[in-house]
Amino acid sequence: MNQKMNDDVVLRVDDLSIVYRTKRGNVQATTDISFDLKRGEAMALIGESGSGKTTVSLSLIRKLPKNALVTKGQVLYQREGNVRDVLKLSKRQLREFRWKDCAMVFQGSQNAFNPVLKIRKQFEDTARAHGWTDKEAVRQRALELLRLVRLDPERVYEAYPHELSGGMKQRTLLALGVLLNPQVVILDEPTTALDILTQRAIIDVLNDMQKKLNFSIIFISHDLSLAAEMADIVATVYAGEIVEIGPVNDIFYDPQHPYTHGLLTSVPKLDHEQDLLTSIKGAPPNLITPPSGCKFHPRCPYVTEKCSVDGPPLAGDKPEHLAACWHKDALLKAREELAQEVAQ
Amino acid sequence: MSEPIMRLEGIYRSFRTGRTLIPVLQDINLDINELEFLCLVGESGCGKTTTGKILAGLLPPSSGNIYYQGRNVRDLRGGDRREYRRSVQLIHQDPYASLNPTQTIFDMISFPLLHHKLVSGQKGARKRAAELLELVDLTPVEDILDKYPHQLSGGQRQRVSIARALTTNPSVIVADESVSMVDVSIRIGLLQMLMNLREELGVTIVFITHDLALAKYFAWDGRIGVMYLGRMVEVGKTQELIRDPQHPYTRVLLSAIPEPDPEKTRTKRHIQLRSEDIPRLTELPPGCSFHPRCPWFVEGVCDKSVPQLGIPASSNSSVEVACFPVQEGEKLQLYET
Repeated sequence: MNQKMNDDVVLRVDDLSIVYRTKRGNVQATTDISFDLKRGEAMALIGESGSGKTTVSLSLIRKLPKNALVTKGQVLYQREGNVRDVLKLSKRQLREFRWKDCAMVFQGSQNAFNPVLKIRKQFEDTARAHGWTDKEAVRQRALELLRLVRLDPERVYEAYPHELSGGMKQRTLLALGVLLNPQVVILDEPTTALDILTQRAIIDVLNDMQKKLNFSIIFISHDLSLAAEMADIVATVYAGEIVEIGPVNDIFYDPQHPYTHGLLTSVPKLDHEQDLLTSIKGAPPNLITPPSGCKFHPRCPYVTEKCSVDGPPLAGDKPEHLAACWHKDALLKAREELAQEVAQ
Repeated sequence: MSEPIMRLEGIYRSFRTGRTLIPVLQDINLDINELEFLCLVGESGCGKTTTGKILAGLLPPSSGNIYYQGRNVRDLRGGDRREYRRSVQLIHQDPYASLNPTQTIFDMISFPLLHHKLVSGQKGARKRAAELLELVDLTPVEDILDKYPHQLSGGQRQRVSIARALTTNPSVIVADESVSMVDVSIRIGLLQMLMNLREELGVTIVFITHDLALAKYFAWDGRIGVMYLGRMVEVGKTQELIRDPQHPYTRVLLSAIPEPDPEKTRTKRHIQLRSEDIPRLTELPPGCSFHPRCPWFVEGVCDKSVPQLGIPASSNSSVEVACFPVQEGEKLQLYET
């Protein structure tokens, strides 16, 4: 494959469309998803439940459920100048690819460990499955990683999972995830279901690890604050489509899509001011029979007739900040009015 | 100020698992004033849900007294007891688990109406059920009434839960994490609807959450109580508490929470704990249970006896705090400068 890909791009998702075949009909889980992930970059996919963000991440390591069908698109992965389409890897290549190139840390890490094996064994097994049999070398690497996630390495390495708290397990899992030095780490809701102080520890550890090991992160979250804190690039996913993508500051301070803006105005802040919040009306659509045109139009405050006919393309004045909306001007005006209201 | 509508006095509650006794609540004292916005905040295992269940009479305390409108709940008999149980209602956290999947929405709303003889006959029940659904913005009402829970979205289910809690014309509603299971975009709508009920129906709402930002939004004109490992560690007016948190735990929490604002959240100073491990409820440390993690721990003081809630001598706010160094007016450096 000879796609033109810059050296610093590790992963390119190109026009990816996935359907789930169900008894009630085909669910259009993702439609024409495209993005580039650069080396050392952290990208957040934010969206509500059912928006398709988990589907996207599972497709990157080919872990989609059996009833899923990729109808279009490719997932290009680049390492040391070689570009491969993940969707076309053979079984053997895929085994190699997973964990060595791309690791995923799933939601609910509490259950990811085998309860009857020591942490040491689980590190060794992972290494051996990928052809790394020198136990002492694995141990050295593991201890180094456990130290990096701020755990007591000797103690944790010889512990059983039940001897560790939820936060410790999550950190151990992060260390295990990067054992084989992957270029891309996918995190599904990395801090959900953890206590606030544990969440803080995980965020700090992740930032540290990423600085030291220089991998790229894709993380999925419904938590805007987490994206604000950790992401370089934020993509808002709605009804299986990326409706806005851009650098984190652009998304938070200059949102161009009404859905992104709606999300931002529905989360309370912790400052000393009273919040002026509004929620988005309606509910996310059914993806078996999605709305015509722009899928957000039934819930959008700026909707016109055009929106229900034509789906707007992802576009923007700046090449790095794109949004799919016909009425960015109307949104801008509404934002200015809101800012005035807040100032008063 | 008038008498509180509910009062908890020296509430203890433990649960037994096997041979161990787990102290889930210890010495909870709390006044709930009529029509105030009160929010209980804490992390998992702090006892906030147990407190809610005890308020609603769904769980008896191991010891301590609960007063409803000035009368000890323990002494209520017959009609008076029914009246209390009818007047304090709980909304559960999970709208997927708390609605019976084999009943239609009408079934579950009409049952308490008929049981408490609040309406007469099916016709009356249907009319009242429709009014209640209207109140929680579940429309078209006639459509919804005959549906089963699985035909509704999470947000709609939670509205059904709220409508069901309203059937008995309660004067107090305890809402336990009532919006944490629904999506961000509809969360605020649900919360605003809950807040409006106070105005429209004159219900006092006790909101329980782990999310301090949500607590701040809900109880902006009310009070927040912060719980840690079964005890109330700080309680006071929301605006004072958020602006000037007193208890080390509250300060650490506020400093640790990420905010939906990239510049702010990345420049926020985080207070480092002495230890990240949360003690087990079965092995609570002596003295203040936060002392093994507290950055402002004073040896020989904090690990000796348990601090009680009180307003610090030097303080000019009304926030009560259970911390020896703070009460003695010691200035805790919040952010290193």
